[in-house]
This record gives sequence, C-alpha cells and structure tokens, in this order.
Amino acid sequence: MNTAEPFAELPVAPKPPLRRFHQARWDEPIIFELSRPGRRGIAVPEPGAPRVELPESVRRAEPPKLPELAQPHVVRHYLRLSQENLGNDLNIDVGQGTCTMKYSPKVNDRFAAAVAELHPLQHEDTVQGVLEIYWRLERMLAEISGMSRVSLQPGSGSAAIYANVAMIRAYHAARGETHRDQVITTMFSHPSNAACAKVAGFEVITLMPDADGLPDIEALRAAVGPRTAALMITNPEDTGIFNPRIREFVDLVHEAGGLACYDQANANGILGITRARDAGFDLCHFNLHKTFSTPHSCGGPAAGACGVSADLAPFLPGPVVAFDGSAYTLETPERSIGKVRPFLGVTQNIVRAYAWIMSLGAEGLRQVAETAALNNNYLMRKILAIPGASAPWGTRRIEQARYSWQELSEETGVHSEEIGVRASDFGVHYWTSHHPYLVPEPFTLEPTESYSKEDLDEYAAILAHVADEARRDPEMVKGAPYNQTVHKIDPSPLDDPKAWAPTWRAYVRKHLS
Amino acid sequence: MSAGVSVGLVVNPVAGLGGAAGLKGSDGAEVQRAALARGATPRAGERAARAVRALLSRRPGTRLVTAPGPMGEHSARAAGAPHTLVRSVPPSEPGASGVTTAGDTRRAVLAMAGVDLLLFAGGDGTARDVLDAVRELRERGERVPPVLGIPAGVKVYSGCFALSPAAAGTLAAAYISGTSGVSGTSGDGSGRAALAEAEVVDLDEDRYRQGLVSPVLYGALRVPAAPAALSGRKAGSSGTAPGTVEGIAREVVSRMRPGVRHVLGPGATTRAVGRELGLATTLLGVDVVERVERVERVERDGAGGRLVAADVSEAELSGLVEGGEAVLVLSVIGGQGFVLGRGNQQVSPRVLRAVLGDAPGDAPGARAAGRLLVLATQQKLAALGGRPLLADSGDEDLDRMLAGHVQVITGYHESTIYRISAASEELNG
Repeated sequence: MNTAEPFAELPVAPKPPLRRFHQARWDEPIIFELSRPGRRGIAVPEPGAPRVELPESVRRAEPPKLPELAQPHVVRHYLRLSQENLGNDLNIDVGQGTCTMKYSPKVNDRFAAAVAELHPLQHEDTVQGVLEIYWRLERMLAEISGMSRVSLQPGSGSAAIYANVAMIRAYHAARGETHRDQVITTMFSHPSNAACAKVAGFEVITLMPDADGLPDIEALRAAVGPRTAALMITNPEDTGIFNPRIREFVDLVHEAGGLACYDQANANGILGITRARDAGFDLCHFNLHKTFSTPHSCGGPAAGACGVSADLAPFLPGPVVAFDGSAYTLETPERSIGKVRPFLGVTQNIVRAYAWIMSLGAEGLRQVAETAALNNNYLMRKILAIPGASAPWGTRRIEQARYSWQELSEETGVHSEEIGVRASDFGVHYWTSHHPYLVPEPFTLEPTESYSKEDLDEYAAILAHVADEARRDPEMVKGAPYNQTVHKIDPSPLDDPKAWAPTWRAYVRKHLS
Repeated sequence: MSAGVSVGLVVNPVAGLGGAAGLKGSDGAEVQRAALARGATPRAGERAARAVRALLSRRPGTRLVTAPGPMGEHSARAAGAPHTLVRSVPPSEPGASGVTTAGDTRRAVLAMAGVDLLLFAGGDGTARDVLDAVRELRERGERVPPVLGIPAGVKVYSGCFALSPAAAGTLAAAYISGTSGVSGTSGDGSGRAALAEAEVVDLDEDRYRQGLVSPVLYGALRVPAAPAALSGRKAGSSGTAPGTVEGIAREVVSRMRPGVRHVLGPGATTRAVGRELGLATTLLGVDVVERVERVERVERDGAGGRLVAADVSEAELSGLVEGGEAVLVLSVIGGQGFVLGRGNQQVSPRVLRAVLGDAPGDAPGARAAGRLLVLATQQKLAALGGRPLLADSGDEDLDRMLAGHVQVITGYHESTIYRISAASEELNG
C-alpha cells in the first residue's frame, strides 16, 4: 500500500480498486490415486443376520475398483477441490453469457432436501404433496408461456429441445406427413436446436443473419415448403437481439404446414412481458436451471420443461401429473413419445423452481426480466466505453450481449480467450459460450437480475484493466493466469478421441497401460 | 520441430501502396509510381515487422531467412529478429524508384525453398507471385515449404492470409512449435501441425478500376491450418465437426443420383466432392462426374464415382449436358461471393439454360432447385457480412432469372438459404 494515502492510519487498510485475488492451489491428486487398500470410512458391524447367497450369474468375479479412503481424507479432498473453483456463489458470474447465471436462494436447497428421500416408485397415494408441486409448477409454466400443457420430465435444456423435436416428428407422422424432413433454425439460435434436429434425423436449414443481425425473413420465405417440419428459433437470440418480426416468422411456417418451436433458453429478459403462445408458437421449452434458479449442475441433472399447445399435448413425454379436483395421479398422454428420462423428472429441481416462482409471484417475475435487461444495458454501456471493445449491429440488447475484441486483438495480437483467462487473475472470468463463432474475437456477457451496480462496475473495471494491459504489455496477458489454480492447459486433447478420458477407468486404459 | 527451425520472410514493399492513393491495387510499376507520386507511404514493411514481433514474443530467437532491404531485411531489423540474407536476390535496393517487381518476389521465394515456413507480406497479387514460385519449385522437384500471408495489400481476398499481422505471427509461432494450437495437430500421431489448402484468388485490377469486380481463382497454397481465425477455440470440437469441406462433399454425394451428370466447378470445395467419389478432379477446371450405382462402395471406400470428362471447355460441357439430366455444383469464389462468371466461364448461358431450363416450377428459385447446388462453409458466408451471392453468367436476363434465394450446402445434412443477385444490378447499385 502507498503509505502516503490519507487512509494509511486507519486500523484496516482500504482495499485497492482491483481485488488482490489469489485462487487456492492444492495440487490435489485424483481420488483414485489417494486410495490405499483396506482403508475405510466406517467399520460396518456384522449384521447378525444370515448371509444372502446371490446366484452366480449376478456375482462379480472381482470387487469393484472403488477408491478406499478414511473419512477425513474424503472430506479434505472434496473441500480442496471446492476451493479450486470459481462457482456462481464465489464470483461475479456474468461471463457465462447464454447460461443465465443467477443466485439461487439457499433456503430452496432446504426444501429440495425435504424430498430427497422419496422413492421414484412410491405409490401415488403416498406422494400427493410432491405431485401437487409438479402439477402447480406445470400450471405456472403454462401461464408464463401461454401453452396448454407442460412436461417437467426432461433432465436438461437440450433434453427438452430433443423432446420437442421428437414431438414434432410424432405429430407429423400421426398426420401421415412423414415427408416433412427439414427443420429450419437460425445462426444465432441456441445451437442445441440444430444438434437435436440432426440427432432426430432431420436435415437442418440455418438462416444467416442479415445486415441488422436478425435472421433474414426473405430467406425463411424461400426455405419453407412441403418438407418443412418446424422452425426452431431462439428469441432474443444469443446476440441478445430480440426479433420484432417473430410473429411473421411463425405465420410463414404455419402457412407451409410446419410447426413453430420456441427455444426459451433466453427467457430471463422476457418473463411476464411476452409469451410464446401469444406469438403463435406450438411448442416451447424452458431451462429451469437458467431462468428459474435451479443449479446448472455441470451437465448433471439440471431440469428442462416442454410446453405445448392443446394440439400437441397428446404427444408429451410421460408420465405427467393429472388432477381431478381431489387427487393427483400419473398418466401417460395418449400418443406420448415415451420417456425422455426415467420417472417423473428431477424432483429436487422441480421443488427449487416452484419455491423460487412462489417467492416472487407474477410481479416479481416481471421485475426479474426488467432488472436483467436494465443490468445488461448498463453493463453494455460500460463495456463499450473500453477502447477496442465493440458490439456488432449496434442495436439495443435484451438480457445479454455478444461483444467483440476484434479491434483490440488486431492491434495487440491478444485473443479474446486470453483476455478471459487473464480476468480470472482478478477472480472473475468469461468462457467460450459464443457459438457459432461468427463474431470475431467474441465474448458474451449476461448480467442477470442477481448482480448489483457495484458488481457490474467491478467486472467492467477488470475487463478495462486487462484491455489496457493488452496494449501496454501483451505478453503479460498472454502468459496469464498467474493467480489461479492451474496455469495454461493444452486444449488439443479435446480434439483427439484417443486422449479423452471421462472416467478413471478410461484414463488407466488409455494413458497408464 | 527442433531448435534449428527457420522462417522465411518476403515483403512486397509496394503492396498496399495503391489503396491509400485510391488506386484500388498496386500491381504494375506505373501504378506504383503514381501512388508514390500521390504521397502514398509504404506500409507492408511495418506490417511485416508487426508479424515478426508477434512471432518472436512467442518463439524468442527464431531465425529469419529474408531478402535484402525493403524486401524483408528492414522489417527483420525493425522487429529485432536474428536473420540471414539470401544471396540470389540482387543485394541492391530493388528498383531505382523504390519499386519492386513480381519477379523480385518470385526470385526471393525460390531462394528460400529450404525454410520450414515462409511468411510473405502483401496482397492477392503477391500471393499469385508466391504461387508462381511454388509451382516452379514443384516442377523442379524441389521441396515446397508451407506459406502464410501477412495481410498488407489493398486486395486481400485469398484464403492464404492470416486475419491480421499479429495473427500471422502468432499462427507462425504455433506452427513451428509443432502444433497450431487453435486447430490441433494433423491427427496422424506425428505431432506435426496440420496444414490446409487455401485458395489464391485475385481481381483483374484494370477491370476493378472500372468498377467491375472479377476475382479469378489461380490455385492453392499449403498453409498452417487456422480454422478458428475468427475466434479463440471452439471447446470440444473434433475432427468430425459439422461445416467442414468434407461434410459438404459427403452431403453432395449423398444427394447425387446415379446416372445424372454433375458438373463440378473450380475450387477446393468442389474438388473435395471429387475426392469423396474417389476421383482426381481438377482444382481450376470444370469437370463432369457421375455417381456409380453401387452405394455400398461409396460408403466403404469412397470410390463411387466415374469421371466423365475433366477440365472441359464450354463447347464440350455444352455437349455433355445437352439432352440429359444434369446438376451444377458450384462453390463460392473469393471474398465477393461470386457463384457464376468468375473462373467458371465454361458454365455459359447456353450450359445454364440446358441444365436449369426444363426443370419444373414457375418461380426461378424452384426452377433452379435441385439443379444448382451451391457450396460454401458457414464461415465463408459469414465473411460476406450479409452481402448477397453474385451471378454474372454473361447473360443479364439469365442472371436476373436466377436472382432470389438459393440453397447453399454448408455441411452434411446442413444448409442455409442465401440471397443471390445479378452481379450487374448489385454492383451498379
């Protein structure tokens, strides 16, 4: 600290403008490497009951190769890993644009814990309370989207999109229109739409942005026809730009006999303001882990919801919860596409989303959207004031914005990815969620309603500092990170299937034997 | 690669001169003198130095092999790079007026054949000179180094250029380090950085000055692969990622019906279609191919095609598509989005009418549907920045008939619908 500062005599030194952050680095081995034969967490007493002899056909020839550790080592291991992390509860998490990172109230975790011990095969009579939560959450999401029915079964946003594609396919098949084999999407729609359509066997037609950054409606006019199964579109798109002609897009597809499916991954800026059904859509989906505050779970069990019009309701994945005015029951819709995951849904996340909506009410949801849009436009002004940063198409954004460091990069040779990594030395980050990489040197920021003005000021100040550093000392930025758990990693194994090891067993097979 | 790697550097010191002077290019001594007279200052040397600085910051101590004076030596010095001069170029300041010729560039490249990577600073005209030298090396049976362009010219439409001087230096450093970082390695286990084929296109500058944009495809150069030039990297992408030239080729072949003649225009993308069929089609010529009946053969070893005729003339092509069903397979040439009339003049109005004329449907778009396949990666279309594709077949009525929207194949089972305009209308506003 500068001792000449007027505050120098205070008992606690004031903080510098940029946080002197340093991440923990434990150099922690993988848990399998910590294993020692015979080590145990609990010495289980003899049961005092006769042993059950299992038939030979179901017996393992050798025991599973699980790590063997004592309790304190397990606790220490996972706490160390948890420190080597920049999670949503630690950093100003606006850098995961398109991911809608928001604060999830801790009290909702306690509600979720309350249902943790239910068994998914319990009889309906014994789980009326949780079925009521499913029913009520379905009705709320139906109200929010304007749709008739909603399935809460999907375990992720992409699973919900896939369920929607499967319903589109089943709907056309039921009408004898199996020749409808094309799905139309847009370049800046969530890429899972194209991916899911392809997995389901559709040919994908992608509309490119026009000079204003919006999908070219004339191209849509030329694209629709007797082979059109559906339009799958995100709005606002991942650029943060809202398509004001969305109703015309929907009408064009309907005139050609196709269905319109709304990807609401970016719903956080439109809650209580627009509704999918009001724009004519036949299907939509929500990511409960984005808009409705359940954990993202690192690709683990998140939660998705599929909303459909009355015409599509018979095709919903099942089972769904039905209510006759006195009791809740499970039923499978008449022409259901089947299950998209086992059982009813990710119940703990359903409970969290329900609690979150109940705590806000209708006015609260609208306030979420308005605050998210306000935060985004505030941050956008701060970012665009940084020399070398720009946002293509220059128009207003809703809840997120895709920016470009092209100018800075051409001037300094420093790439967007390197700036994001350097930012992590100050305890924030942005990552690589900028598909399809049409914007040069992209970065995508989405400040949801969870962040204060001070949070946004701090984030913008960090990016401004790093951009300035890129001009003064580009090698400093390129050498980052310095205060992080890990330093540079080599991304090339990601492109090499021979190197992939999602499990310890695969690691041993591919790299140690 | 070992510590003994060397990087060649050739600067075309007059590249870019004409741009600032409003002369739309710098080819030819007369234009260069005019530009200098209008007060233009050379900038290629400084841009080359920027690339060298970026290279050195990642690979300190990299030794340059370069040509004397403004053809590289000055840039190497400015960037503080250790360097060796090639002798076969006259060590005098090239040209009394400070003007160098295409021959100087070619001779410098020929003298640097032994380097591990050759950087050159200039524009499309310079890229053509480098291509000429590379062809000469090939003819002599000599080793041909991979090359990479530092953008410094007025016209930089060829695919062999990096996005900026700094990007060129960074990519060069990654390449000589044995991995091109952003793109991974060649995948053959050798650890060598991957190379890709990049097209060299150039405009006819005299026509360009008259307001006519006419890019011509001249050939291809081997360059370090940098598919992510627009960004950092795409996490988790793999070699089978959609939108590749191979994916486009697979889609075209999957749409081919046996016995239907397919006219493959020039370009690396259409050549990939030939490869997918197991055929050695030409890069610059127009070829006619057919798919053979046995589908399983195509899937097994890709050898599912028959080369009806290679590198055909307009008259030959006209004869081949007359009377039978045929499909045109054309790629987008250069940065302006030309589909017809640039490098594929063999596809004449007569040929177009024969192929598209009797297709059913009233709307021009419907008429062309299925008979005209346009190929481009999404990146190439994105680089058009919303501008339309262009048709300049030589028959303005025909161009206007084609105008509208065409399906462009961008990958396997992937396409987009993109606007196409008559070049005469689009360019004359």
